[in-house]
Amino acid sequence: MARALSLITLRRLAIATVAVLAAGYALAFFYAPEDADQGFIQKIFYLHVPLATVALLGFMVAAVHAIRHLQTGDPIHDARAYVSIHISVIFGLAVLLTGAIWAKGSWGIWWEWNEPTLVSFLIVFLLYATYYPLRYAVEDRDRQARYASVFAITAGAFVPLNFLAVRLAEPLIHPRTFSSAGGLPGSMLFAFLVCLAGMALLWVTLIWFELDAKRASGDLGRIRRALEATA
Amino acid sequence: MRGFAALLRKDLRVELRTLRSLPAMALFAVTTFVIFRFGLDRTSLDGELASGVLIATLLFAALLAVNRLFVAEREEGGFDLIRLAPIDRTQLFAAKASALVIYLLALELVAVPIFALFFLDSAEGLLPLALILLLANVGLAATGTLISTIATMSSARDLLAPLILLPLLVPLVIAAAGAGEHLLASGGPDYGRFGTWLALLGLYDSIFLLVGYATFDFLLED
Amino acid sequence: MTPLLAIESAELYVAGAYLVFLLLLLIYVAIMAAKLQRIQRELRSLAEFAESPRGRRDLGRVREREGRIESAREGAQR
Repeated sequence: MARALSLITLRRLAIATVAVLAAGYALAFFYAPEDADQGFIQKIFYLHVPLATVALLGFMVAAVHAIRHLQTGDPIHDARAYVSIHISVIFGLAVLLTGAIWAKGSWGIWWEWNEPTLVSFLIVFLLYATYYPLRYAVEDRDRQARYASVFAITAGAFVPLNFLAVRLAEPLIHPRTFSSAGGLPGSMLFAFLVCLAGMALLWVTLIWFELDAKRASGDLGRIRRALEATA
Repeated sequence: MRGFAALLRKDLRVELRTLRSLPAMALFAVTTFVIFRFGLDRTSLDGELASGVLIATLLFAALLAVNRLFVAEREEGGFDLIRLAPIDRTQLFAAKASALVIYLLALELVAVPIFALFFLDSAEGLLPLALILLLANVGLAATGTLISTIATMSSARDLLAPLILLPLLVPLVIAAAGAGEHLLASGGPDYGRFGTWLALLGLYDSIFLLVGYATFDFLLED
Repeated sequence: MTPLLAIESAELYVAGAYLVFLLLLLIYVAIMAAKLQRIQRELRSLAEFAESPRGRRDLGRVREREGRIESAREGAQR
């Protein structure tokens, strides 16, 4: 298993990401049928929902890294938590923007308070956006990492609760949801799952990329400090 | 257990003696009611407007309390004392959260009757609303204490605490306002989804008390 | 809107959504490229410093110190 994992490199991951995403969207546009109720605008579903799912899972992953950071004190877990939240926030921004476009195309308005997923996402995004000023406001590096981890855990516990609460806030009649009622026909489901897999791969690729860049910066800092120390 | 009681007693005694936060919070709430009277151009409220005005006002007054939760420790170096004392740090969390609940109850004892006086036609829905507010107070105390601790040790603490806390409190607002909308309805209180809101509040309280209990230690390490 | 326009605008919105996603991705790549350039620049300046006579002297000292630390560690392990 370990040897199989070591075969994964950033380059191979990136290639796999592109391949799966391309396949997924080809399926979405050429294989999956057009939605009977919503028409062509429903194709945004294959972009918006995978982005949202992966972003939310990303926040959960960050919480797990944060727990491990508090347990071990190893800064590598804090770095992973930070990067997970960072990439998920960017995905979250994409969710909000694509959601607004979907709303405009479906209902003619740029925002719909009665769409529970979109509203929940806004709240989650607003919460995680405070991660950056939080880290910025604490100077001591160890303390900053610890506080950030507590935040990541708290926010991670918050996400599912928030989705539940917003759904409960819906008026019992006339909720306006993007997704049509009932299950997806097989071809749509298949296309969706491939797109979801592609987005998940994209997320992992970007995480890996960010961590590599961070490590390179860190190593450079160490070299510089070592050289300056002897000067 | 003894540490918890001692810390709580100290906080309450200091507050009663100096009255640093409570009068200001009550005054803030009443003044905010006046602002709403003019902002909404209404002299009587019911249903979702009444619920919204009351919950929003209590929420922002609560933020004042959260911001001031650790002010005594900051000014008098109390944190170092607590770090050295042989008590379980979780007891500090429990003590601070309990103090916050008590402050919020005191605030509501003043603010809610005045709100009823200003805006409500009948006080019928207020007792069940009190139960809702109590549960919401506990949830607010749990997350508020956590975030207040984080903010206290950082720069820009007055801005940071509300910024992080407000999104976290949205489920509480949803539950409290949702219940209030029906309890303060013009035709008399309606208990339609009362159980749902109680359950949501209970879930929120349990989850964040647990998170606070599990992570508070890590905030006080130096 | 007439039905014909409605169909066209649906395609516009779908295209818009996917375009927004690609744009965000490209902006991200651009920011990472800038970071990479900064790292490369600093690497180059460090390489020049290491190659300069003064740098060589300092590197020699660093390597010497590292060698001493290594042998001390080996000694402690045995």
